[in-house]
Amino acid sequence: MSSPDHGAAAAAEGGFHIDPMHQFEISRIIPLEIGGIDASFTNSALWMVIVAVTATLFLTLSVGASKSRALVPSRAQLVSEMAYEFIAGIMRDIVGPSGQKFFPIIFTLFIFILLCNLFGMLPYAFTPTSHIIVTFALASVVFIGVTLVGIFKHGFKFVKLFIPSGVPVWLLPLISVIEVISYLSRPISLSVRLFANMLAGHTMLKVFAGFIVSLGFIGGGFLPFFFAVALTGLEVLVAFLQAYVFAVLSCIYLNDALHLHDH
Amino acid sequence: MPQLEFGDFAPQLIWLAITFILLYIAMSRVALPRIGHVLEERRTKIADDLDSADRLKREAEEALTAYEAALAQARADAHAIAAQTRDKLAAESAKERSTLEEKLEAQLAEAEARIAVVRDEAMNNVRTVAADVTAELVTKLTGQAADQAAIDTAVADALSSRS
Repeated sequence: MSSPDHGAAAAAEGGFHIDPMHQFEISRIIPLEIGGIDASFTNSALWMVIVAVTATLFLTLSVGASKSRALVPSRAQLVSEMAYEFIAGIMRDIVGPSGQKFFPIIFTLFIFILLCNLFGMLPYAFTPTSHIIVTFALASVVFIGVTLVGIFKHGFKFVKLFIPSGVPVWLLPLISVIEVISYLSRPISLSVRLFANMLAGHTMLKVFAGFIVSLGFIGGGFLPFFFAVALTGLEVLVAFLQAYVFAVLSCIYLNDALHLHDH
Repeated sequence: MPQLEFGDFAPQLIWLAITFILLYIAMSRVALPRIGHVLEERRTKIADDLDSADRLKREAEEALTAYEAALAQARADAHAIAAQTRDKLAAESAKERSTLEEKLEAQLAEAEARIAVVRDEAMNNVRTVAADVTAELVTKLTGQAADQAAIDTAVADALSSRS
């Protein structure tokens, strides 16, 4: 969220200069190159590893070993069960029983994005989901996966997805083109929505935090201070909401591919 | 804008792939089956408990019905026994009373017969005494023996007019 090392630049200019985009900069912790491709371990990679490790440890350890599985769950276990039931409920409502085997991928997407967003709210943390390339890769996983599922399940009939029923024949060329464009824009809207929310939220927080410093807390800086506090709460909500929206949209796309338009 | 540094894309994508695939394996192989199993176990346990609670309730209801039936049966038996006893006692007392009455009537009749006999005897004695007295009186007053037949007639007349 905020980074302390704007101090050098600020000192050099003899005033407060805060670059709200500085927090998004990728820094290479361990430079690495494999086969001519830059595979450096960056701050983004560090936080993705933290997210993956935290999620794995929490979701496996909280439930306990097979012997001591309590009938009445502990608090940590309850959180894991709630996350499970939450995604299972979304999938049940949107996709139905046939989507059961895609539950792990949707759950992993949700947990990964949720924790990336939430950990990004910690001071000095980096938010991997504030980078378009990361969100676009995640959206591509959904888009390509869903398309492959649809083609494997329906074969050529998959194109029915682009031909809505009940449309006059002379309108079909136009409608189909629009349907194809809207289908192709799914990964873009999915990735830009998440990336833009993270980017805007963090930038706004940084801008208001900068106001506090430049105004001085007593000389009016308390106003942006309280605003930043409120904004932090809102950003936590957005962090959850965007992970939820991503999961829900993935489920809707999956449902389209599995059932086409026939229900 | 750091997001558009194309040189940073490759390391991000590579580490995203690594972390995301490892997380997916951990979730799909360990975490999710485990949580799903726990939830399933709990659901079965709760369903089982509800079933056994249902069964116990049904058994309790059956026991209650049986108890009520037994109670009603016992009450009916008690009524029957009471009525039977009452009838028997009433019949017995009626029989006793009738034998007693018969005995009393017999005694009464006997007593009346005896009274009649005694009265007849007494009447005869009275007749004899009256005749004797009359004869004595006539002899004393007239100085001669009285006609026995006339005296008998007179005494009979007197007695019949009295009684």
